[in-house]
Amino acid sequence: MGINLEYAGRSYPATAPYTVGREHLRDFARAVGAEHPVHHDVDAARSLGHPDVIAPPTFAVVIAQRAEAQLVEDPDAGIDFTRVVHADERFTHHRPIHAGDELSTVLHVDGIVERAGLAMVTTRCEITAADGAPVSTVRSTLAVRGEGS
Amino acid sequence: MSPVLADLEVGQLVGERTVELDRRALVRYAGASGDLNPIHWNERVAVEVGLPGVIAHGMLTMGTAVGLVGDWAGDPGKVVDYGVRFTRPVPVPDPGVATVEISGVVGAVDAEQGTVRIDLTVTCGGTRVLGKAQALVRL
Repeated sequence: MGINLEYAGRSYPATAPYTVGREHLRDFARAVGAEHPVHHDVDAARSLGHPDVIAPPTFAVVIAQRAEAQLVEDPDAGIDFTRVVHADERFTHHRPIHAGDELSTVLHVDGIVERAGLAMVTTRCEITAADGAPVSTVRSTLAVRGEGS
Repeated sequence: MSPVLADLEVGQLVGERTVELDRRALVRYAGASGDLNPIHWNERVAVEVGLPGVIAHGMLTMGTAVGLVGDWAGDPGKVVDYGVRFTRPVPVPDPGVATVEISGVVGAVDAEQGTVRIDLTVTCGGTRVLGKAQALVRL
């Protein structure tokens, strides 16, 4: 089965809130070599005006990929993950994510375009705080090779 | 201390860094990110899907590359936008390491918005592994 073009334009209901943990932010920061104290030391983060330790710029992918699973793991979408290559990724931060945030995500399938045996699937995750204020927008494109290519 | 927008010139180097990634670094990132795709830790699966071997998560390379931008800005929370294209995989040998070279220069200054765009060059073995890697910093 190939990719289901009818999924283009689809939006999903907001995910259940994701709680951002302080130790998780520290672990993620270590994993990407981010040694700046704002990710590790609460006092250092507060001295720069943040309520708690903040996430490195790409941490939002952790939250986005949970929302994207609604599409990627849906058998009817026809995305064979063994044929997927990550083509691009972009984060727009309205404010830094910090420990203690309760974040909900709405997944949008902005486009599915087929060309030359490749399907380019572009998604957008709109991540918002508990009060509804926008926090981050995560745009991602997956390139899915067609069968026999 | 944070850089001052008015002092910046397009083309100015803001930082350079060399990072060595081994299999342990990939497993650490898999755990921290929740991205458990076996092509980043299982040689058999990587080869079965047509890769030369285990490759680094693109998101690990992307996440590692932006560190020098946040450090230069004085607060990684000042990075308001960051995007890349994944142009080439980063194979990570075992035993051994993949050596990733990162450098950032001032790409554009927007005095009205109070932002500076940092253009990152990220290579492994002389090959660019990220394309159009740009971070926007609000100073």
